[in-house]
Amino acid sequence: MVDILRPTTERELAEIAQAANTPLEIIGTGTKRGLGRPSESSRHVDMSSFSGVIAYEPEELILDVAAGTRLSEVESLIAARGQQLAFEPPDYSALLGSAHSGTVGGLVACNLAGPRRIKAGAARDHILGVRGVTGAGDIFKAGARVVKNVTGYDLPKLLTGSWGTLAAMTSVILKVLPAPETEETVVLTGLDDGQAVNAMSLAMQSPCEVSGAAHLPGEATYLRLEGIAPSVSYRRDQLAKLLKKPIEVLAAKNSAMKWRSIRDGACFIDRHDHPVWKISVAPSEAPELIRILKERTNLRYIFDWAGGLVWIEVPPAPDAHAAVVRSALSNGHATLIRAPEATRATVDVFHPQPQALAALSARVKESFDPRHILNPGRMYRGI
Amino acid sequence: MLTMPIPDAEVIARRAEIATDLRQIVPGEGVVEAPIQMRAFETDGLTAYRQLPLVVVLPETTAQVSDILKYAHEKGIKVVPRGAGTSLSGGALPLADGILLGMAKFNRVLEIDYANRCAVVQPGVTNLAITKAVEHKGFYYAPDPSSQIACTIGGNVAENSGGVHCLKYGLTANNVLGIEMVLITGEVIRLGGKHLDSEGYDLLGLMTGSEGLLGVVTEVTVRILQKPETARAVLVGFPTSEDAGQCVADIISAGIIPGGMEMMDRPAIHAAEEFVHADYPLDVEALLIVELDGPQVEVDHLISRVSHIATANKSTTLRISASEEERLLFWAGRKAAFPAVGRISPDYLCMDGTIPRKRLPDVLQGMAELSLRYRLRVANVFHAGDGNLHPLILYDANDPDELDRAEAFGADILRLCVKVGGVLTGEHGVGIEKRDLMPEMFSEADLAQQMRVKCAFDAQGLLNPGKVFPTLHRCAELGRMHVKGGDLPFPEIPRF
Repeated sequence: MVDILRPTTERELAEIAQAANTPLEIIGTGTKRGLGRPSESSRHVDMSSFSGVIAYEPEELILDVAAGTRLSEVESLIAARGQQLAFEPPDYSALLGSAHSGTVGGLVACNLAGPRRIKAGAARDHILGVRGVTGAGDIFKAGARVVKNVTGYDLPKLLTGSWGTLAAMTSVILKVLPAPETEETVVLTGLDDGQAVNAMSLAMQSPCEVSGAAHLPGEATYLRLEGIAPSVSYRRDQLAKLLKKPIEVLAAKNSAMKWRSIRDGACFIDRHDHPVWKISVAPSEAPELIRILKERTNLRYIFDWAGGLVWIEVPPAPDAHAAVVRSALSNGHATLIRAPEATRATVDVFHPQPQALAALSARVKESFDPRHILNPGRMYRGI
Repeated sequence: MLTMPIPDAEVIARRAEIATDLRQIVPGEGVVEAPIQMRAFETDGLTAYRQLPLVVVLPETTAQVSDILKYAHEKGIKVVPRGAGTSLSGGALPLADGILLGMAKFNRVLEIDYANRCAVVQPGVTNLAITKAVEHKGFYYAPDPSSQIACTIGGNVAENSGGVHCLKYGLTANNVLGIEMVLITGEVIRLGGKHLDSEGYDLLGLMTGSEGLLGVVTEVTVRILQKPETARAVLVGFPTSEDAGQCVADIISAGIIPGGMEMMDRPAIHAAEEFVHADYPLDVEALLIVELDGPQVEVDHLISRVSHIATANKSTTLRISASEEERLLFWAGRKAAFPAVGRISPDYLCMDGTIPRKRLPDVLQGMAELSLRYRLRVANVFHAGDGNLHPLILYDANDPDELDRAEAFGADILRLCVKVGGVLTGEHGVGIEKRDLMPEMFSEADLAQQMRVKCAFDAQGLLNPGKVFPTLHRCAELGRMHVKGGDLPFPEIPRF
């Protein structure tokens, strides 16, 4: 029997945290429950009362929004003013079998980002402020409604990607940016992994301002250009000259569709029993990583972030091939994105940390949540 | 005047012994204890404050940094880390009972990796030296604080430094991929690297801008970018700051994020013009420099759109740079604004608030009133795109009353920034300068949470104490200090 708590104010949320002596799971709409380690909590805190836009000022580039607000609602609101969340929030609903793309709070808590990560950064690069309640039941804020601020520690960044283990966020302030007027994608075909990473690297080293660089083996290598139309066509021609290879071009609509599917891991939605990993590496190391992995297991894979993000799908296995994946990796980190709950409960979903760093992470956890009541175990065992 | 924590006389009495112990870790010239030699370290960019350190140590390796911190931790001695000492907020001000840990010898570029668009450098490398190391391949390091010729990348990480281009290209936090750092216990950890994002908590994000209170950075991996093909600037004069502010808002609303967008007020325009003769119009209240960068075709297109927006906002002068020389001339006055003000006043305080841009006219009006009340002149330069205001308060440090008035004036400006929804510091850091103003922006609960994070890194409070936080707390006390119903459980704790 799951006990569901529905605070409607920060004060009520604080009282719940203060009174809690068993763990609480912080829930927006629950779309990301399939990500991370499974909850160890038998009580839910439903954050849906913390919903709605608090302030949206397009000319100041800021959006202050309650954490439980649907992402889709926010995206439509800002799109109407020609703006966007530049880190390209992914929608993993098809990949994970959830109902929709979830809430803004969930997005921030997981620090998700799409293909534009290489140019614009991740959620952590666009968060300006946060309000929330710590595990000790303290209501606090950090950051502000301005785009440039170094007053005090950057707790908004720390909370971004903390998976609700430090505080229950009640609102977040995000930087919003103009959406590009148009886009095109330059397509190269017939490249192997090494050639593709080299081509993507060449493009990224050029002044062409590539905002997406992905390689789908056996399909094509894609380079996205965004901006005003005359600039996009000029840079497309420059890229073609630089790459010295025949190119094809996806015009705006097809380009957008292609990048949405890369963003959302759409290549991997057809085999739900197969574990999926996202591996963050130095881009130039991606081909060698795949070469090693191929020797050890069957896999399907794609490169995003010019090679810096390797998505792989492996056959079902009790440990989701964690040992194989992690032993192939010398630098960077591997996160298990899709696997059965039982697997995620036993395998390190997030990359294991060296002892001193793990101990520091545990102390940071306790500085917010000394009794371990907020989402314990969602990231690491004991955190 | 701001006060610092009372030095521990017992530690000061052990100075010679501590210097001897440090020589075991860093031999020879790496330990400096003669007062005359330590003078070089007694202040930073906030020159109104001076303090000789207990002893200066200049390590050359991460292992030495680790040993020094481990030693300080075991003996309970405070440590103040220092890069080039250009902090404008007193972040590197020494303590009489603290070891000054100078990182200047960490001055090597370790690796340049064009394929992965990054450079690995030691923290004592200057900001500009990174760009110099990669510019022959057309690359640069984007954040460009105006002290970039002198300031170090380690200091940039500590302060999360910005610059003129950060609206489009981000602050230090958005351009650092990884660091190696040493905790006060001597433990060495690595955060990030050539890959993106963190496997766990974003401690790299937390470290950036933590002002030397959480750890000592010993290596930095930064993102390098290809230089834009071209850049052009528009110089626009306006009869009122309201018109200039509206022009900025309209440019951004039109979906244009310029590479740089700077504003100056009348006193700053006049001081700069007298100094560098950039041919600025002198009959305007506000001058805007808007720089567009990118491919030629894009820059030309956007220049024309910006010009239309400026004209629609009642600009009285509008010049578009026709050559690289002219673009640099437009910037010459703005870049020389600080020394230009230095020419017309013996000293100045450079403030650093950020405000919502739409409140600029109110804030300028408020500043004009304060200027009359404190009987001190003020000139304003403004990173207009991101709302970061740099009021320069003109005073004479030889007159103690003027320094007091200048500081009080500065504090009132920052209070005004917070009152209109802004913040105390956009890029210079809190340091000691804005330390006592922190409660203007944060509640006791907000500050207590930040201090608990500090405790997770440095439970004894040995790293750079007396900076950032207006009160010192023992960590055990903070653990119990949970604010319920807005009541502070320890109201009797002394403030500095």
